[in-house]
Amino acid sequence: MSVPLLEARNVTMRFGGVAAVQDVNLVLGEVELRCLIGPNGAGKSTFFKILTGQLKPTEGVVLFRGQDITGSHPHVIARLGVGIKTQVPNVFNGLTVREGIGIAAGRKKSLRRARQIVEETMELLQLTAIADRMVGQLAHGQRQWVEIASVLAQEPDLILLDEPAAGMTHEEVLRTADLIREINKKQALVVVEHDMQFIRMIGKTVTVFNRGKILIENQVDAVLADPGVRDVYLGKQAH
Amino acid sequence: MDLIGLVGFNVLVGIGTIALITVGLGVIYGMMKIINLAHGEFMMLGAYATYVSTSHGINIWIAMIIIAPLFVGLVGLVVERCLIRFLYGRMIDTMLATWGLSLGLIGLMTSIFGNDPRGVATPVGSFSIGHYAASLYGVVIIVVALLSLAGLYAMLRFTRYGLIVRATMQNANMAAALGVAPPTIYMSTFALGAALAGLAGGILAPISGVSPVMGSAFIAKAFITVLGGGAAIVTGTSLASALFGFINIIVSFKSTPVIGEVALLVAAVVMIRILPQGITGRFLRRSL
Amino acid sequence: MKLKTLPRPRQDAGWGGAIATVVGGLVILFGMPMVTGTFGLLQVTVFAALAIFALAQGFIWGFGGILCFGQSAFLGLGGYAYAIGAMNMTDTTGAVALAVIVPMIFAAGLGYFMFYGRISDAYIGVITLTVTIILFNLINSTSGDIYHIGAAPLGGFNGIPSVPPLNIPGNPDDQLDPTGLWYCAMGALILCYILLKWVLATRFGRVVVAIRENETRAQLLGYDPRLFKLLTFVIGAGISGVAGCLYTNWGAFISPTVFSLTMSAQVIIYVLVGGLGTLIGPILGAVAIQYLITLAGGQHVIDPNLMLGIVLVAFVLLVPQGVAPVIRGSVRRLMPSRSVATPAQAEVSQGASQ
Repeated sequence: MSVPLLEARNVTMRFGGVAAVQDVNLVLGEVELRCLIGPNGAGKSTFFKILTGQLKPTEGVVLFRGQDITGSHPHVIARLGVGIKTQVPNVFNGLTVREGIGIAAGRKKSLRRARQIVEETMELLQLTAIADRMVGQLAHGQRQWVEIASVLAQEPDLILLDEPAAGMTHEEVLRTADLIREINKKQALVVVEHDMQFIRMIGKTVTVFNRGKILIENQVDAVLADPGVRDVYLGKQAH
Repeated sequence: MDLIGLVGFNVLVGIGTIALITVGLGVIYGMMKIINLAHGEFMMLGAYATYVSTSHGINIWIAMIIIAPLFVGLVGLVVERCLIRFLYGRMIDTMLATWGLSLGLIGLMTSIFGNDPRGVATPVGSFSIGHYAASLYGVVIIVVALLSLAGLYAMLRFTRYGLIVRATMQNANMAAALGVAPPTIYMSTFALGAALAGLAGGILAPISGVSPVMGSAFIAKAFITVLGGGAAIVTGTSLASALFGFINIIVSFKSTPVIGEVALLVAAVVMIRILPQGITGRFLRRSL
Repeated sequence: MKLKTLPRPRQDAGWGGAIATVVGGLVILFGMPMVTGTFGLLQVTVFAALAIFALAQGFIWGFGGILCFGQSAFLGLGGYAYAIGAMNMTDTTGAVALAVIVPMIFAAGLGYFMFYGRISDAYIGVITLTVTIILFNLINSTSGDIYHIGAAPLGGFNGIPSVPPLNIPGNPDDQLDPTGLWYCAMGALILCYILLKWVLATRFGRVVVAIRENETRAQLLGYDPRLFKLLTFVIGAGISGVAGCLYTNWGAFISPTVFSLTMSAQVIIYVLVGGLGTLIGPILGAVAIQYLITLAGGQHVIDPNLMLGIVLVAFVLLVPQGVAPVIRGSVRRLMPSRSVATPAQAEVSQGASQ
């Protein structure tokens, strides 16, 4: 039995008296695509922060290919092969698109290889036309793509996308879905989203978070048809 | 035995001095998270107010306890309206602007009074601890420091104004939604912090001498005590002053006053490293 | 010289601007002795030394995002290291090396303490301020014969007088006269400028700027910000050490006032006035402010501290991005062929000043 790419065991995060994440268990295989859904405040972004090392969980263990990364520094986890597009965009506003992606691509690679990755990534995300624009001046959807491009340029084995379709036009959403399917050919992804159409476009296995716990984990159609999930989104509590 | 009494008394005076220096800055930092680098100069203004009043024959106690705080409080009000309020939320810019203010105040006072230090006579004499003579003025410092901290605590805990101040500290937007005007609160707390600095300057004038550059001796200590104390104004200031004052006096006693100062600063820097949120960032978090 | 293949339409003036600056510097280097005598040369030598000091602060603040309130600690350590070294060695070359290395070692220790201790940006200002005050207090109290390092008495608040001047490396008897010192100081300024420009163009330098732009994102891409900040801090300290060495040579004297709050405030004012986020800005700011101070010191209308205070407050409130970007902006507007995004300059500066 091979070691899973990512494993979270009994992960709990308490802030004072509030448990943002409670006893979460999750297993992700190599090159798997998982969707994470749940109402606002359910703990999804907090969970992502635990995975990337931005937060140290109060209890529990996170394993990346069997290696314990619980509470490690974010840059250490990033080097192991985890990339994240955060919920609130984290981009280099004062750099150009090309420079920003170059920072992502350039770590521990030759100049030529890095430049190649930058050009390829920009092409994949159709950013070549705006390569020399200042990131801080781009439209929101474009900034999301720049961030996604930076994460891809990092060449990680696990990509976490926190609301990649937020604020995008319908066309942009379709492109993002295509992109995710393309990326999934070689890399694992965990995608948090609220847009159910989008989830349907890309989804295979869906994990539902509610109030810090995992409510249900199943194939996308089963989850979206589940009355408990619907109740949770409408504000009623599932049993 | 007498020596222990003397050293103990000196420790208390040292703690009281630091507390007095710090409390004004603590009010401003605790409320608005503003690092007011002109704090030492506010103290200097209080000292000059005392000096000018006493040279015009006003009773020294009135000069120190009433005139100095009132005068500097007014100055604080003006400074807040004309400078600080444009810089809320911009912590680095407030540090720079208040640094400029401090330079400006030094320059202004030098222009008016010249560089030479002025003296204010100590109004009380000495008493004895066993074989040793100790200055009664040390008692004055301890008493004023205690009263300031107690008064601040009482104001925050028991008055309506204090309640509004605490509410604004915790959540300015919510307070505004409930009808409080945060800008007014900020203005009054800045003035209060300035007034406390003026009081400290007035009280310490007989000891430190009055000169335009006297403030720089206090600023680092006050700062580092505020940061070491943490978010809770009264408890934080008290605990940090106690810790640093103790270290300062004991080390001074064992070696020289300069080494004592250095020990205080080093201890504070180390403490901030261990407890970046200050003492009350970890312990006694809910206190005032 | 390797030309960049990618266009850089951003805050720095690109290689064209850098070359122009270096050429301008060389013109000043060789031209100054022709237009002014010994006294004038001494004046501009200290301007050059302080400009190097400003470069250091401008580098770590404008590009590294580190607001250090105690850069004068490194200026002073460099100055004292040179003085002590020169009085103990026959050839001053070793003393110059000390002037660079001692501040760097100190910065490595202090930097490790700060950056690896998760201390927030604002606290770094207060801690560095406190450290410079600690040094001031310590050195100030070293009057008396027992305080000496080898043949050099520390002198307390009186400082160390009669510091031996720089000599040509290898020829201890061939000491620099004021003209020689000018060449040395201005030459050092040009070299430091080129060095920093080069550092910023390397991968290391780009990551330093990226960390300043968004530390979280840099971390999430696998870069350890603590290490980059530490190295930036150490580089700044070394350059300040060079400035300290020149500063000591200028007066053949060093005293604890080099550790004063005024010195720390001045270098911040240089950078703010000159332009945060550029390399030429701090240089211009240093020269302008020092010139103003010299003028002000000579007259009795307005106190120098008052003037400095007003300048600092005015710049924080009205011109936070400093003079250089404004000048550059106007130069660009006169040259419509370049397509540039000028708001980015303000964004970068604001990002740096937060």
